[in-house]
Amino acid sequence: MSMHFSVLRKPIIHGEKTLAQVTTDVARPLETRPTILWWVAFLTSFSVLVIGVAAVTYQIMTGIGTWGLNKTVGWAFDITNFVFWVGIGHAGTLISAILFLFRQRWRTSINRSAEAMTIFAVMCAGIFPLIHLGRPWLFFWIAPYPNMRGPLWVNFRSPLLWDFFAISTYFTISLVFWYIGLMPDMATLRDRAKSKIKKAVYAFMSFGWDGSTRTWQRYETVYLLLAALATPLVLSVHSIVSMDFATSVIPGWHSTIFPPYFVAGAVFSGFAMVLTLMIIARKVLNYEEYITIDHIEKMCKIVLVTGGIVALSYLIEIFMAWYSVNEYERFVFLNRALGPYAWAFWTMITCNVLIPQLLWFKKIRRSLVIVFIISIFVNIGMWFERFVIIVTSLHRDFLPSSWVMYKPTIIEIATLAGSFGLFFTCFLLFVRFIPFIAIGEVKGVLNYGKNK
Amino acid sequence: MERKIILGIFKDEQDILGAVKATRDSGYDIYDVYTPYAVHGLDKAMGLKPSKLTYVCFFFALLGLLTAIIAQFWIGSIDWPLNVGGKPFNSLPAYLPVAFELTVLFGGLGVVFVMLARTRLFPGKKERVVHPRITDDRFVLALEVRDAVTEEATVKSLWDKYSVEEIQQIWEAAS
Repeated sequence: MSMHFSVLRKPIIHGEKTLAQVTTDVARPLETRPTILWWVAFLTSFSVLVIGVAAVTYQIMTGIGTWGLNKTVGWAFDITNFVFWVGIGHAGTLISAILFLFRQRWRTSINRSAEAMTIFAVMCAGIFPLIHLGRPWLFFWIAPYPNMRGPLWVNFRSPLLWDFFAISTYFTISLVFWYIGLMPDMATLRDRAKSKIKKAVYAFMSFGWDGSTRTWQRYETVYLLLAALATPLVLSVHSIVSMDFATSVIPGWHSTIFPPYFVAGAVFSGFAMVLTLMIIARKVLNYEEYITIDHIEKMCKIVLVTGGIVALSYLIEIFMAWYSVNEYERFVFLNRALGPYAWAFWTMITCNVLIPQLLWFKKIRRSLVIVFIISIFVNIGMWFERFVIIVTSLHRDFLPSSWVMYKPTIIEIATLAGSFGLFFTCFLLFVRFIPFIAIGEVKGVLNYGKNK
Repeated sequence: MERKIILGIFKDEQDILGAVKATRDSGYDIYDVYTPYAVHGLDKAMGLKPSKLTYVCFFFALLGLLTAIIAQFWIGSIDWPLNVGGKPFNSLPAYLPVAFELTVLFGGLGVVFVMLARTRLFPGKKERVVHPRITDDRFVLALEVRDAVTEEATVKSLWDKYSVEEIQQIWEAAS
């Protein structure tokens, strides 16, 4: 038995690190000058962001008519992007909250960056419903506040309003959770900082953290409580997003399977994005002993499981369309697979169902290049999943004379590109100014798996 | 009056845990222990009671829940009943998503603010660093004693077993 025990408890961090080494290793990218590679990546992302800002500005000044929407397809690219980005965010909270509750201590190497990813992804997501309003300067009308229009209240029975509450709560709690986790590390950087300005900034951000056990004890309590709150929160967010569709009576949307199906899809796509980012970051930032191949493998397993749930959901949807004997429901699914958007449907099936099956093989799970390629495919596939759900359910409605095709305009494509620009600009700045790995948490797992 | 505090600086998690236990067993009052990360079991070794913040969180979560439920019923059924597809005005199921979100929001923000207030952490606070490497790789045991000079020897013999690196004395004006 003892042999099994030691096999299970392999050290999480490789390279026999001391505490001081952890501090230096994690702080190194923040204390050296940015590399050429960083500048290239940053300037590229920032340029793309500028293109996006230009597109959004033009759209706001001109109107939603700059998009390819029409009378039949009233939701398309914009909502696809919204659901895509919210989904990306889910992996971060899963790592920081759910894996914390499950005592998965390997999460300590990746939780900081995954949570940062969550925050940036939710920021990107938030843009889309905002610009979809058409008159985004009146966005505050969605908040219930006493006003001079009656008071005219919002409709609390509308899923779109639930969405507003869900996304804003999700963003707030994620940000607070992330920042609370950051305070001890800010203190570490403060005590290392050489320049006066840096020291002052980090001191301000550390809230005067002094490492007292009385503080640590309360901090740990709050961390646990936030994890316990964030766990049902993250499940609720994509459930509510799915209700934007499920509470309507559109064939292909009107389905009770949507909440779990969307949550699984969100975790699936989120982990694919975490893998994409981590495989690059661990190499570029020299964190290979912290974010080890075992971490990558574990994440691959989560991708495989959630991908399986997604595949099962696709099957159940198709089965239910047939089993319901509802001709509209049947038509939507036939139209998805064989209609004019079949290419999008089969891209989705290939990327989300077929390609991830490769992850059953251990050799593939431990091959960085292949995992990276698979993660990119999953990202693409999950974007197409939302596109398929939204556009194919709408473009051929109950009245054949109003059947149309939807094509995104250049403005919409630039807006999507711009959201990626925003995401990567934020992420690259994060890499430069905030420790990529939670120093305090990794120190706590250094002795894991050692005979002490 | 001045407070006399002896600081013992340790290099390892196991040493500080052992030293804290031994020091308490010898009847000393531990002022505080400073560590670079949350050392598992240290709060118990120090004899700290479990934090009551759990109740604070529950209170704020309940407040959020009640706020959301009352506000939605009042707005939706009394102040501005809006007929949507002939559905009832006082439909609790439709109010649950927002009620849940506000429960989480109030609970989370409430407990964080109370924690910051209780631990007296706020942006711009002047930090008190007991040792330059306390946020890096050193563990510091702070002990309040009546007479620092005579007791240092006793404490040293106690801590030597846990390979104490250094012992310092500080006098702090009592607040």
